[in-house]
Amino acid sequence: MSEALLTIEGLNVSFGGRDQPKIRAVRDVSFTVGRGECVVVLGESGSGKSVTAQSILGLHDPRSTSIEADRLELDGEDLRSSDLNRVRGSRIAMVFQDALSALNPVHRVGQQIAESLRVHRGLSKRQAEERAVELMRAMQIPDPEQRARNYPHQLSGGMRQRIMIAMALALEPELLIADEPTTALDVTVQLQILELLRTMCRERGMSLLMITHDVGVAAEMADRIVVMYAGKVVEVGSVREILKQPKHPYTRGLLGSVPRTDLTSLPTPIPGGLPDPRRIPEGCVFAPRCELAEARCFSEQPEMQHGATGRELACHLERVDGSDGGRDE
Amino acid sequence: MVVEMSEVLFEGVQLRKYFDTKRSGRGRATVKAVDGVDLVLRRGECLALVGESGCGKSTLATLVTRMEEPTSGEMRFDGNPVARDRRSALAFRRDVQIVLQDPFTSLNPRMTIEAVLREPFEIHADLVPRSGWRARSIELLEMVGLGEEHLGRYPHEFSGGQRQRVSIARALAVEPRVLVLDEPLSALDVSVQAQVVTLLKDLQSRLGLSYLFISHDLAVVRSMADRVAVMYLGRIVEEGSTESVYGDPRHPYTRALLSSSPVPDPDRRDEGGRILLSGDVPSPIDPPSGCAFRTRCWRALESCAQARPDLEPLHSGAEEHRVACFRAEDPEGV
Repeated sequence: MSEALLTIEGLNVSFGGRDQPKIRAVRDVSFTVGRGECVVVLGESGSGKSVTAQSILGLHDPRSTSIEADRLELDGEDLRSSDLNRVRGSRIAMVFQDALSALNPVHRVGQQIAESLRVHRGLSKRQAEERAVELMRAMQIPDPEQRARNYPHQLSGGMRQRIMIAMALALEPELLIADEPTTALDVTVQLQILELLRTMCRERGMSLLMITHDVGVAAEMADRIVVMYAGKVVEVGSVREILKQPKHPYTRGLLGSVPRTDLTSLPTPIPGGLPDPRRIPEGCVFAPRCELAEARCFSEQPEMQHGATGRELACHLERVDGSDGGRDE
Repeated sequence: MVVEMSEVLFEGVQLRKYFDTKRSGRGRATVKAVDGVDLVLRRGECLALVGESGCGKSTLATLVTRMEEPTSGEMRFDGNPVARDRRSALAFRRDVQIVLQDPFTSLNPRMTIEAVLREPFEIHADLVPRSGWRARSIELLEMVGLGEEHLGRYPHEFSGGQRQRVSIARALAVEPRVLVLDEPLSALDVSVQAQVVTLLKDLQSRLGLSYLFISHDLAVVRSMADRVAVMYLGRIVEEGSTESVYGDPRHPYTRALLSSSPVPDPDRRDEGGRILLSGDVPSPIDPPSGCAFRTRCWRALESCAQARPDLEPLHSGAEEHRVACFRAEDPEGV
């Protein structure tokens, strides 16, 4: 595995406290992102995947959120003690799902891209706006000089997402965090944006941490996949390990419930629903929905097993380095 | 198309829905949201309408459910013309009900589930005698995998999947024969999505329902539908059995859609032959001349700009597989 650029170890995020019941949204999450690597955090709603991404950049309200971690480092530098305004944008940038609400509606998009260049790089207005047009051209936006003068509402969803990516890449960050960047887009446009992100990573050696609920998008993009469920990491592995030989019963259930254009069979649902975040089960978080669960699964949290290939698995019943792909096969 | 008349439950002929709109600073314009669609829904089948945003699939749903009147076109239900007056609309809705995409906004937050399910009985007075309302409500909840204990609760107490079950129960309260399902799964997590797919399939066979299933997700459609109609800019561009459309897609747009849909298999991304469309869907205010897809089509010829291709049966393909493309029968390659 490549040298780690981002290291997260023992991350815990909780909301509320005092008057409200405390919600532990992320519990004991650890993973790394290597240089030039694309790591996908895969999970359904309530898995804690977006909260994890946001806590890297300190995007939570400190009055209602408590973030604890053993390590939260970019290239050896502790992100909690660094000046985040210096890191944000220039070393780590972020792209959000909803470009319409992430862009400022009353400024022209060219100006918005140019702003970070003026603030962080000290370019003049003119230089920054020229650079913004160049960036838009690199994002394959047709007629970028014209488009730079548009307001966000005048652009299509795919075009707005390209503007956001142009903004994020303006300062050539080492790490791009993309939180469901294509979820609001049509599939033909989604594929364009995914291709664009892939090209940018390859050409610039940038690392990508992508958050998604879509197993298909993960398959398109990931070198490695971190599977999260109800605030916990349940399995980590290469894209092939996770999608071809999933070991955690949740990962297997998730893959089985995905409908596919290339298969006629009906997807198999996972019974039940997410646990209430205020009443997290004592043992394995997935035990209440797991068909294989035994008594200890309900009382004892599984330890993370670390496998030979860097694979990780949190399950009492499966071995991370076991030879079979799963007990069902 | 050769379909036994007795098989046809709902039929729309040359349906059109135009909206007048203001163009910023350039006067008025007309959006042709649905522009000449023929639609046949057979008894007991699930017909899927697929397409991307702006293709007119949801507008078509509002026509089929009579929430909007078509600009022109005829509709027939069970062999009888659908009249346009208000009284017949009420009767029509006994037969045709809709389940909407967003289970958070389609249930009134101030109504208990019991009140939600009672409303259809109040509107259609001959449906269930008042003394039977509660029992029937419980029966409806049990049909969708919920139960009596949920009657007194409010929508916010439910998860997204449970709310969608409530919406389905409400639609079933009037014992309809057709359910129009407008993206009913898009707001749900995938593990929950599969639960609702299973429920819908089960209800369909138990109650003999016909579904018009509207979706942008080709993977979900494959698991649900018997037949598929692909829409682009207000028109159907390809239609046929799910098997033949997925197995042998002929319209370039259908092929691009299938090719762009992500598959959870990492081997796929290294395979060649992916079709990457450029640009976005053109504005429905001034669609391209001729074939509306030609501006994004890699097979377009000059003639595609001159005339609009009709939806016609394939000579070489499966029966009832129809395509609106001049090059539908041309061999692969160019």
